[in-house]
Amino acid sequence: MEITYTPGRSPVPVARLRSVSMVFADGTHALDDISIELRQSEFVSLVGPSGCGKSTVLRLLAGFEVPSTGAVETTGDTVGYVFQEPTLLPWRTVAANVTLPAQLTGLPAATARDRAGDVLRRVGLTGFERHRPGQLSGGMRMRVSIARALMLRPRLFLFDEPFGALDEITRERLNEELSSLFLTEPFSGLFVTHSVPEAVFLSTRVLVMSARPGRIVADVAVPFGWPRAPGLRYTPEFAALASRVSTALRDACEVTS
Amino acid sequence: MNEADVANEADEANEPVTNGTVTTGTAENGTAVVVPARDARAADPAALRPVRPTRRPPGRSGRLVRLVAPLATLAVVLFGWWYGSVRILDPDRRFLLPPPQDVARVGLLDGDNRAELLGGLWSTSKVALVGLALSIVIGVLFAIVMSQARWVEHSLYPYAVVLQTIPILAVVPLLGFWFGFEFRSRVIVCVLVAVFPIITNTLFGLRSVEPDLHDLFSLYGAGRVRRLVRLELPAALPAAITGCKISAGLAVIGSIIADFFFRQGDPGIGRLIDIYRQRVATEQLLTALFLSSLVGLVLFWGFEALGGFVQRRRSSRPH
Repeated sequence: MEITYTPGRSPVPVARLRSVSMVFADGTHALDDISIELRQSEFVSLVGPSGCGKSTVLRLLAGFEVPSTGAVETTGDTVGYVFQEPTLLPWRTVAANVTLPAQLTGLPAATARDRAGDVLRRVGLTGFERHRPGQLSGGMRMRVSIARALMLRPRLFLFDEPFGALDEITRERLNEELSSLFLTEPFSGLFVTHSVPEAVFLSTRVLVMSARPGRIVADVAVPFGWPRAPGLRYTPEFAALASRVSTALRDACEVTS
Repeated sequence: MNEADVANEADEANEPVTNGTVTTGTAENGTAVVVPARDARAADPAALRPVRPTRRPPGRSGRLVRLVAPLATLAVVLFGWWYGSVRILDPDRRFLLPPPQDVARVGLLDGDNRAELLGGLWSTSKVALVGLALSIVIGVLFAIVMSQARWVEHSLYPYAVVLQTIPILAVVPLLGFWFGFEFRSRVIVCVLVAVFPIITNTLFGLRSVEPDLHDLFSLYGAGRVRRLVRLELPAALPAAITGCKISAGLAVIGSIIADFFFRQGDPGIGRLIDIYRQRVATEQLLTALFLSSLVGLVLFWGFEALGGFVQRRRSSRPH
């Protein structure tokens, strides 16, 4: 495999959870003394059994939740957040959906227009500006959602299992496109998923979480370089790494079940 | 596998499997176990049968049916009406239910009667339209205020429900004392009757926004006003229109009730109905009934078309 670029582990952290525990009002103990550090140019995937608090980690970093104990730190810029669902406004056109963050944060309209054209080109949706979400396929809606998150050029990009509802082909295509976006855009990513191949394909590092209350039980570095060709998924090295993550995940599930 | 499971499996098969079952030894607890012999049937290709459709075949030509069906119903009703009036009622009791053609002749084709009825209809419609417009404004404002804070909702909602339950006839004299016996009081009755569905439906719509969308707006630091204008109100629009559809009919009813009691100013159709009742002018009474229903119906259709337009804009397939 030809390695043209490897986003190294720069020492600059962009997000950090320090000894964070999370107990919700209904008594659900979601996270237990968890510490994660995400550095610049890292793309970290978070895999774990259902309900282990993976999404809670993202919600804490976005400021949607406040930790019960511990500290959550980011650079303070607006983060990019891609939800499980595309969460588009059905009454707005694609272009108007994408410019929403600019509108809400008071970016000048001219700048917003330019950027909208740019981010839509990056996700391959040029020509669909005037469509409404109802006219698009699931995969295209997710691209709009990603384009919208790119609008404010976030340094930290959070993905809450965005491709879980898509079919396998679309999912792999979007993985590849996200991977090339990561190569060209200067963001660090934290990606929650259930899919081990997806996690390995996209990431510089895969974190495995235990069942609730979630803790980090494995931290697997992914040494493959960039750009990552689709064929990477069928190499023995990839299989070996995926198998390591899978085993860790299985152990994590068995701890409590 | 226990016996119950086996029995279930046999039940689920489309036809009796008695001829295809074999007894296979005994289970651990010593009872005989009967299992369907799947192999017996699979080995014989002749045993395959086409799948019987379990879904009802879809109806044909939806558009034609939508046009013809209501007309057919109307024809049946008109015929039953005519039959009852001409064939069942004695001629000297026919005033109780004059046949359709007499109603049309006296109520609509007679110039003076028609002018009187249409005049009343216009007066009533004016009240209904103004009342409905006010109900929409007041109802949406109420819903917005209640959606902004739980304590406001808890303070106001019970009284919005009371609005729905107060006997309007008991309030009418008071309204007359306070606001006079003309247009103003009529409009107030109309609002009292029509505002509630708009409040509840709009409030439901405002609250129906997905939590993720609220999170998205939080992410970009949207305040209350932006959240309301750019997210909650557009999301509530279809539900609010549904509320308007319900209230449209209620506004007409409210307006007619008001006509009965507030008799100053130009006579509304409600007052005409009262006059026809005293004169036993059943033809005009029925015409008044149809015309006023028609007003409610037209308003309903208007909101239905608006709702359809909004829905199409939001979920349209590629052109």
